[in-house]
Amino acid sequence: MTDQSTKPGVPAQSPPVDPTLPTDTTKEQPRQSWWKSDGAEPVRRNLGLVGVLVVLVIIGIVTRPELYGNASWVTDNVWTILQQASAIGVVTVGMTFVIIGGGIDLSVGAIVAVAGVWSTTLATQSYGAAGMIFTAIVVGVVVGLINGLLVSYGRLVPFIATLAMMVAARGLAAQISGKQTQVSSNTTINDIASTKILGIPMLVIILALVVAAGWVLLNRTTFGRRTVAVGGNVEAARLAGINVRVHTVLLYALSGLCCGIAAIMLTSQATSAQAAMANLYELDAIAAAIIGGTLLSGGRGTIIGALFGVLVFSTITNLFAINNLSTEVQNMVKGGIIVAAVLVQQFRYRSLTQLFGRKTA
Amino acid sequence: MIDLSRRRILFGGAALGAGAVLTACTSNTPSENTQINTNENSDNKNAAPGDKVIIGFSAPAADHGWVAAITNNAKAQAAAYKDVEFRSVEAGADAAAQRAALSTLIAQKPTVIVLLPHDGKELNSVGLQAMRAGIPVVNLDRAFPDRGAYRLQIKGDNFGMGLAAGAYIGEQMKAKGISNPIIGEIPGIDSLELTQERTRGFNEALAVYGFKVANRRPAEFTADTGQRAATEILQALPKIDAIWNHDDDQGIGVLAAMNQANRKEFIMVGGAGSKQAIDAIKADNTPLKATVTYSPSMASSAISLARLIGQGKGMSDLVELQVPKEITLSSETITKDNADQYSKLGF
Repeated sequence: MTDQSTKPGVPAQSPPVDPTLPTDTTKEQPRQSWWKSDGAEPVRRNLGLVGVLVVLVIIGIVTRPELYGNASWVTDNVWTILQQASAIGVVTVGMTFVIIGGGIDLSVGAIVAVAGVWSTTLATQSYGAAGMIFTAIVVGVVVGLINGLLVSYGRLVPFIATLAMMVAARGLAAQISGKQTQVSSNTTINDIASTKILGIPMLVIILALVVAAGWVLLNRTTFGRRTVAVGGNVEAARLAGINVRVHTVLLYALSGLCCGIAAIMLTSQATSAQAAMANLYELDAIAAAIIGGTLLSGGRGTIIGALFGVLVFSTITNLFAINNLSTEVQNMVKGGIIVAAVLVQQFRYRSLTQLFGRKTA
Repeated sequence: MIDLSRRRILFGGAALGAGAVLTACTSNTPSENTQINTNENSDNKNAAPGDKVIIGFSAPAADHGWVAAITNNAKAQAAAYKDVEFRSVEAGADAAAQRAALSTLIAQKPTVIVLLPHDGKELNSVGLQAMRAGIPVVNLDRAFPDRGAYRLQIKGDNFGMGLAAGAYIGEQMKAKGISNPIIGEIPGIDSLELTQERTRGFNEALAVYGFKVANRRPAEFTADTGQRAATEILQALPKIDAIWNHDDDQGIGVLAAMNQANRKEFIMVGGAGSKQAIDAIKADNTPLKATVTYSPSMASSAISLARLIGQGKGMSDLVELQVPKEITLSSETITKDNADQYSKLGF
């Protein structure tokens, strides 16, 4: 697995050093191995999530050996889990950027709904698949931009701004659709969900592309470094010459873009869109980002971790389904996993601040 | 140079975005598909214009085709009568908002009130208030616990839906000679009482044949959750004989999932009776072979009965001089054979 850690040394409580400057804690503590170092923390965490996935698969094998004994079923199941994770996975990538940048986006589910509904009106459908995709993406980006403007220039707390957008966008979606389920009669759009390229479902390819793009953007571009800086310490970021306002607007627009892509994926899967679609996606996306190691206060997080977070949820759902266990218990287990992940995070966080305390003493 | 091209891109994007705005504004001619009784060529004495009746109406603005059909039907049925004035109030987002809206309505003194409450328990007090003010209340579908809170209650039969779906699947399996069928169930929102009623009826009917549900994955009455739940069931059960999906709206997603997984070795039964489901049954090119009704036509009937109550008339086929207090619609099974007959009732 690749190390795609964020820069160490920028937790929220760190002294206001310029967070864009690389700090190398491993050099200052030669006794510690790389593995134990702060920089390897996301890798350890991701390995932990892989461990959780392995445990889930083992439980599956033990409880349903007759299913797991069939190789073609297993292949099918892997694709199914990934496909079920695809739309929410794309939304989570956008959400992860917003949270790392110190914000939160509660309106993602509503944006997916409004983009989905808008792109499946009879009028939009008359423009064909390209028109539908274009509309979904433009609607997603524009709603995201409005979020960003409200947060950065309107000075609204992200929680409030996006909560308001969540309510308003659902209302807009209901208004456009007239509360009806809008069926997509565009076969190109509908076929996205059933098409496979070289045996890989199209939806999984889209997810992989979005995750790869998100990873590059976060880890290999100035945009990504700025996102970490803004989320870690706004004041320091501003003093370092980052245009924090513009950057914040871009982050929410990016989240909106992801929602627009997810809207097309979900529309294709359901061959329809309606105002209540993608219900509570905001909570699933936040939860996935958090158990993937993203700090809710910003400044730290990884795209791969968030992807694993989504996969853990998707695999649990699959595990409960193949054993015909009730969804009530499933939700309790999901809640437990979120709590466990945050507890682990706090533990890591505490040991980090201790580390810093020792260093400055 | 870079700045200029960026500006150009932004401008172009904005222009195209505006195009998208216009697109939606001119969109969606809503399908005027209502199920009403126009009393055409009818010698029904009650249909003749009588005393003027003002009917106050309130239904939640939920995001579901069924609730939308309830409102559309009520409006259309009221318009079909020359002696009915229809006053609709927005029910708002929740029970409290609907309570407030209804208080305003009561103050206007309509002859009769027809309402689909957000929640029967929470709107019970409003029913009592109206009845005490001398305004008869027609409760649509979600019962008030207090029997004094309504003059007439007209509702669907959730338990009966499950019973009808189970009986249809049982008979089909028997006809095919499958003695131990693998049956899947996709309910709607699982915490709702109506969902539990449907499931109880389904299990009871299956038990008559000695059958059991092998896997049950709830959705949320939306197409995307229907697709999700169906994908899970198809993955959990490599071979299936029958599936009952409680709701035709989420059924759009269920059928999509079957198509995506390329599975059609089973029969599927729907629920509610949407126009789309009835069309699919008629076309007979999907696993959907039947649907059990829970028809929003009850809203049309509620308006007709509210009019009779307002005019002090009874149902002419019955002996009683007044409209009965409770009516429960029967859940009917729509198959290929009778789909034509029912297509005008699809919503």
